[in-house]
Amino acid sequence: MTRLVRFIPVAIFACIAGFLVFGLSNDPTHLPSAVVGKPLPEFQLIDVEDESLLISQDDLVGSYSLINFWGTWCQACHVEHPFLLELAAQGVVIYGVDYKDQLAPAKRWLNELGNPYQRVIFDARGSLGFDMGVTGAPETFLVDPNGVVLHRYQGVLDRAVWEAQFLPLINQ
Amino acid sequence: MAAEIGLLTLWLAFGASISLALFPALGVKLQNPSLMLLGNWFAALVFALLSLSVAALGAAFLADDFSVAYVANHSNTLLPWYYKLTAVWGSHEGSILFQVWILSCWLLALSLGGRSIELAFKAKVFSVLGLVTLALIAFIVFTSSPFERLLPFAPNEGSDLNPLLQDFGMIIHPPLLYVGYVGTAVAFAFAMASLIERRDDDKWAQWAQPWALVGMVFLSVGITIGSWWAYAELGWGGWWFWDPVENASLMPWLVSVALVHSLSVNVQRGIFRSWTVLLAISAFSLSLLGTFLVRSGVITSVHAFATDPERGMFILWILLLVVGGSLFTFALRAPTQAVQRKYGLLSREFFLLLNNLFLVVITFTVLIGTLWPLIADALNWGKISVGAQYFNWVALPIFALTVLTAPMAPFLNWKKTQSNRLTSRIIVPLALALVLALVIGFSGGYHWQGYLVWFSGLAIILASASVPWYSRSKQRGFKSIRATVWGMTFAHAGLGVCVVGVGMTSLESVERDVRMGAGEPVAIGDVSFTVERFYRLDGPNYAAEAADVIVNEGSSVTRLTAEKRRYLASGQIMTEAAVDAGFTRDVYVAMGEQLDNGDWAMRLQVKPFMRWVWYGGGLVAFGALLSAFGRRSRRRETMEVGE
Repeated sequence: MTRLVRFIPVAIFACIAGFLVFGLSNDPTHLPSAVVGKPLPEFQLIDVEDESLLISQDDLVGSYSLINFWGTWCQACHVEHPFLLELAAQGVVIYGVDYKDQLAPAKRWLNELGNPYQRVIFDARGSLGFDMGVTGAPETFLVDPNGVVLHRYQGVLDRAVWEAQFLPLINQ
Repeated sequence: MAAEIGLLTLWLAFGASISLALFPALGVKLQNPSLMLLGNWFAALVFALLSLSVAALGAAFLADDFSVAYVANHSNTLLPWYYKLTAVWGSHEGSILFQVWILSCWLLALSLGGRSIELAFKAKVFSVLGLVTLALIAFIVFTSSPFERLLPFAPNEGSDLNPLLQDFGMIIHPPLLYVGYVGTAVAFAFAMASLIERRDDDKWAQWAQPWALVGMVFLSVGITIGSWWAYAELGWGGWWFWDPVENASLMPWLVSVALVHSLSVNVQRGIFRSWTVLLAISAFSLSLLGTFLVRSGVITSVHAFATDPERGMFILWILLLVVGGSLFTFALRAPTQAVQRKYGLLSREFFLLLNNLFLVVITFTVLIGTLWPLIADALNWGKISVGAQYFNWVALPIFALTVLTAPMAPFLNWKKTQSNRLTSRIIVPLALALVLALVIGFSGGYHWQGYLVWFSGLAIILASASVPWYSRSKQRGFKSIRATVWGMTFAHAGLGVCVVGVGMTSLESVERDVRMGAGEPVAIGDVSFTVERFYRLDGPNYAAEAADVIVNEGSSVTRLTAEKRRYLASGQIMTEAAVDAGFTRDVYVAMGEQLDNGDWAMRLQVKPFMRWVWYGGGLVAFGALLSAFGRRSRRRETMEVGE
């Protein structure tokens, strides 16, 4: 009898462990980003190419598009840029967000390196970036025609990532 | 470069901990004392290597090496140097590394001290600790290395340390808590070694006692400072939130308290043997469970700074192997020859048993409350969150019972106590407490609950204090009192101080959310608040709105500065509450929102006897420390006498 009593602690632990395993497999915080599955946040920011124009979230809907956060201060964005141009040439709709940057160098960048973007949003203070949970540049979001965010990718977008993570979502 | 050194030494420490687990055990198997002694050396080696590794991470922070991902994510060139250093343990990867390093400090202490421990037993302790160290280092190198590089595109600037963690309390709170968390591993290793040896004496309990006490000291200090940090930094004047992370530290503490009491019965009377072993295993298991809950994100909490399911899976495996394995060993090998010693209801044994039962029941209620959202979710009862109400209603009454055993126990003898002797002794402090409670309650104008709080608090304090009074000898006075008795007195009195602090702040705090303009006084009770001016105040890495508040209280005038900070790198807003700490009350001012005409919404609070919560925690820790080291000096004394 006392022998069996000694198994009570291990039995209790087994129950707890069962719940822990469940909790881990059923983790609601598993979403890679808080904005995935939600519509774009509301914003109104100026256009880098023409400061008199305002861009809002409603201007980005209508087709599958990429929203690419970049900045002239960001070295990795240099590396990413040629691939974005390539994608744009294939007809992929890309909107740029010039993140925590200044207008003059941003314009120079687009003139010198080429412009893959349909429009470029000027997010000098990073407010749109904050709303979308951006932690750095480059970061790229995939948005569906209704303006719902489908995917978020942190880091340099290249062919491998594009084919593995973005294309399957668009083709679905 | 620093990061590579850090990673290399971490891997070397991984190897050293394998040796630590292996060689002493091999020595036991081959009955080779020199192999067993290797444990001391490998323990020191693990410590040295991990120290280098932590130092390397610190160097990477100081050098602003943002090519290291962990540094880039948690530091910034604008961050003051001391926060750069504290960022080492400010987030997941670094904090686990730091935790293992602290475990290695315990290893070092064990290799230097513990000379009275039998060689073969110590070898087993080292082997068990080697396995624990191994598991934790594996966790770091496989799932959460702080030394990962962001190459080839290193950012020019880091993204700053979580502003919540930029506070003095945060500099010292986690290290102390980790020392306590990890310290439970030492008592655990002792218990496991005793199971492995199938010991049927109480020597192991004697050896384990000081280690368990010191672990409890650090847990107490860590929890106390943690609650102080929450109070000073989170900005709404609470000091305990029954948050899963707080519970994760409270549970090992409760069990550790039970353990040190049970150990003392074990040592003195030779009973409660398997119970003590079980407590030692449980304390460590709950520490591991706490780490799991904090790190896996299974239960979300305001404290969860870093969560990741993959890491959770890894810790879960450690948890299953270590806890499952040790409890299973316990089931098979716990001492079966229960020693039968009779004791009455009015005996110290019985009261310590009660204390243990209460503490374990509280631990269970806290555990169930903490895991309840998970259990409910698993059984499809919907998403539930368990609030402070549950804990206050369920755990607090049992806690009150536990508290009541504290003043009684020291008056009781082992085996049994003459009830008339007990009453004649305890009546004096109780009567004194009653008179004082009536005086204080009347002059403070409290409700009957206030009187009750003061009575129970004072009863514990005075009853504890009267123990050395009664047991002093005629010739030598208080000098004859052993350090362990002083330790118990302080620890129990600390509990009483805590009772007053917790009770009075809960019952008598006044909180007011008001609109304040410059120069307009607002009064709470006898305390009057006037904002002198609102202005801008910039720090090294933040910009703040600040308010100078003049607090008038009878004849005394205090000037406080409350701030609302916006951290530049992350844009996070933090409330820096201004607190005027006092012996009998705290005045607390926090800035809310700015209103249309330049006025601010402010939160003003007067919290009577707030400090007593932390004074009490400090006394408990001090008392336990005295007991831990008093035991050593007593052993020396007896040795001298013996010679």
